[in-house]
Amino acid sequence: MSRRSEVLLWGAQRISAMVLALCVVVHLITMIYAVRSGLSGAEILGRTQGNVGWFAFYALFVAAVSVHAPIGLRTILAETLNWRGKSANVFSAIVGLSLAMWGLRAVTAVFGGGQA
Amino acid sequence: MENLQVRIWRGQENGGFQEFEVPRQESQTVLDVVTYVQRKCDPTLSYRFACRVGVCGSCAMTVNGVSRWTCRTHVDKVAEDNKVEIAPLRNLPVIKDLVTDMSEFFDKWAKARGRFAGATTRKDGFAPVSPESKERKRVDAGIECIGCGVCYSACDVVTWNKDYLGPAALNRAWTLVNDVRDTERAERLAAVAGDAGCHACHTHLNCTERCPKGLSPTAGIAGLKRAVLAATLAGEI
Repeated sequence: MSRRSEVLLWGAQRISAMVLALCVVVHLITMIYAVRSGLSGAEILGRTQGNVGWFAFYALFVAAVSVHAPIGLRTILAETLNWRGKSANVFSAIVGLSLAMWGLRAVTAVFGGGQA
Repeated sequence: MENLQVRIWRGQENGGFQEFEVPRQESQTVLDVVTYVQRKCDPTLSYRFACRVGVCGSCAMTVNGVSRWTCRTHVDKVAEDNKVEIAPLRNLPVIKDLVTDMSEFFDKWAKARGRFAGATTRKDGFAPVSPESKERKRVDAGIECIGCGVCYSACDVVTWNKDYLGPAALNRAWTLVNDVRDTERAERLAAVAGDAGCHACHTHLNCTERCPKGLSPTAGIAGLKRAVLAATLAGEI
């Protein structure tokens, strides 16, 4: 991978980390509110389904995870297992795409009303 | 005062520790201990030193598991139960006993373009650089490196990634990136980019914690990360 690509990956991981930090805080506050208010699953779904704002928020959350995790995983593989090069890049990309696919599937289910 | 129990690494990578007893003295440094062992116990012990006063950076070793300059490290500060274990620096090939091969350490300074490149000759006047400018202040913060290798030895990323340029070389590059007289900024930023360069740093701060001169290579590396990203986005490298 070229140095330019390495630098851009680093930048993508830092930006996604900033997004994640915000998303995790909002998510935790939301979870604490839901639990402390004693909301049932049906009540939560009633508030989320069809809500474009929450859909956009959690879609952003999933996107940030899907960018951040595979870049970090790639570094971990290189530094702990000495697994570098194209195969490690492909593996990390597959992990990222999988996270995006499963995450968006869950988001769609929660906000669109389908089965998660 | 009770004698000091000293364990000193002997041989190369596959060597082992040898035990010695060394009389304690007031204000005794770890380098004093090593020197005593070589002069009184075993003249075949190899180690490296020069100035003995914290200027040359040649006497760095691993003392009780921590990378240190031994000439300015008092035994009182590091002895545990009157015992001291002295080994060569980590992350560098051992030539013999306490002497490491520092070639890769300094080769990486060259790879990081740690050499000043100017556009003027000796016939030109001095370049005015204000001590108050932010660039000069950044240079001041990192320029006192003595090349001892303590940061390189303390860095886990060097252990995990043998191509990683290391804190000292990157710190040097950072001082040159901020040198307003230098003419190879883009080339230098390209040289320190990527997996073997500044972006491999995990900000563990081991180098900053251990630097005997109190420098913060971590801060310089963070600056390099930002500068390289900005240059990349601007299409300069």
